[in-house]
Amino acid sequence: MIIFDDVHKSFGAHEVLKGISAEIAKGQVVCLIGPSGSGKSTLLRCVNGLETYQRGHISVDGTVVDAASSQVHAICTRVSMVFQRFNLFPHRTSLENVMEGPLYVLKEDRKQVRERALALLNRVGLADKTNAYPASLSGGQQQRVAIARALAMRPQAILFDEPTSALDPEMVGEVLQVMRALADENMTMLVVTHEIQFAREVSDNVLFLDGGRIVEQGPAKELLRHPKHERTKDFLHRVMHPV
Amino acid sequence: MTKFIAQATEYLPLLLHGVWLTVVITFVALCLATALGLVWALFRTSGIRSLAVPTRLFIDFVRGVPLLVILFYIYFVAPDIGINLTALQAGMIGLGLAHSCYLGETFRAGIDAVDRGQVEAAKSIGMKRPLMMRRVVLPQALKIILPPYANNMVMLLKDSSLVSVISVQELTMQGKMLASSTFDNMTVFTLVALLYLCLTVPLNILMRRVEIYLGAGR
Ligand SMILES: Nc1ncnc2c1ncn2[C@@H]1O[C@H](COP(=O)(O)OP(=O)(O)OP(=O)(O)O)[C@@H](O)[C@H]1O
Ligand SMILES: [Mg+2]
Repeated sequence: MIIFDDVHKSFGAHEVLKGISAEIAKGQVVCLIGPSGSGKSTLLRCVNGLETYQRGHISVDGTVVDAASSQVHAICTRVSMVFQRFNLFPHRTSLENVMEGPLYVLKEDRKQVRERALALLNRVGLADKTNAYPASLSGGQQQRVAIARALAMRPQAILFDEPTSALDPEMVGEVLQVMRALADENMTMLVVTHEIQFAREVSDNVLFLDGGRIVEQGPAKELLRHPKHERTKDFLHRVMHPV
Repeated sequence: MTKFIAQATEYLPLLLHGVWLTVVITFVALCLATALGLVWALFRTSGIRSLAVPTRLFIDFVRGVPLLVILFYIYFVAPDIGINLTALQAGMIGLGLAHSCYLGETFRAGIDAVDRGQVEAAKSIGMKRPLMMRRVVLPQALKIILPPYANNMVMLLKDSSLVSVISVQELTMQGKMLASSTFDNMTVFTLVALLYLCLTVPLNILMRRVEIYLGAGR
């Protein structure tokens, strides 16, 4: 479904991704973990063309992602993204946020889009917030609207960039729950996260990224319980025992 | 005071034509300046160097030249290259052009002030630039732009008095002519100033209303 083949990416002289190869099968949930600055966001953003990369290939369902080509918009309609800081459109209500893409990008029928958007908001537990503006919602609610917005595009895969790190602790659960439900419905998901427990319980595979390289990858339960590399052990220890 | 009122009522009808012309000039120049300003801002933020750089040079050039000189240029130099304009046309174009550069920078600053995350969110649902501008960026930039825009509108109205130098008979020009035929400088120019205030004060109030209305959206 999503294939990384020796992907290299630099910002100027600073090489951030140093040959990433990995594969995410349809219906899989893959968590991307690693220390700050290791290139997790950058890798994710290359998948839907928010960043360009210089060498190698990323392909989504057989289509090569090339941010410079006009094709990249087509990729975005098939791969949605959920951001750390939600990035909801502040001048539109929850419902309008969710309807925006299908209505104006996919140019679908307004009535059907509206019905689907209402159903999606209901699914993320926000049926009573359809006419609320983002500023009047809590972080957890905003992120759930953002997930509904991503789903409204009927994507083949969803990218999550630290979807819970900007949230107050008591709101992390409600967002993870929605993501877990998506995973259960076999949505293909690539998730950057520091929620190790979520990774262990929900994801199929885990990629550990450090310094622009995949240091270790494998089935979530195995990698997170019995990491092979020193750096992975170190990182996991630090994440799970912060003090 | 009674003498002032008596004379003012006598002069007022003579000045009203000038008021009307001032309003027309301001309105047309504002439309021109807004449309062009938006184009400049979109060029400047397009990320396309061949659009952004010339636009920037043009803006710097126009902003670096006094408005009076621009007006002279358009009115007196344009005919030399085969463009004949009436004084009124030249005045409106000159004002519009100059203010399009001021507004362009205001618009650009507003567009730049919109959170980058908004652009990324728009891209992530497959929006291309024109749609993103229309649906996401410009509506949010509007709130940032409005106060300086209103300010600019009042400046434009006041700047419209400059077109009197190319003999357009707007309010200032009419005031000057009336004053020199009546020798009643005091009454005439007081009246002219008051008439300008009658135009600018409501504009200020209107804009403050719109601002409050837009701010209440959230
Ligand atoms: N637009 C940019 N221009 C220049 N350098 C950048 C840019 N974006 C990211 N970088 C650099 O690329 C490296 C990787 O950044 P990235 O955001 O992908 O890391 P990350 O793994 O997501 O970290 P975090 O956990 O802090 O989000 C960092 O060193 C960062 O400074
Ligand atoms: Mg990141």
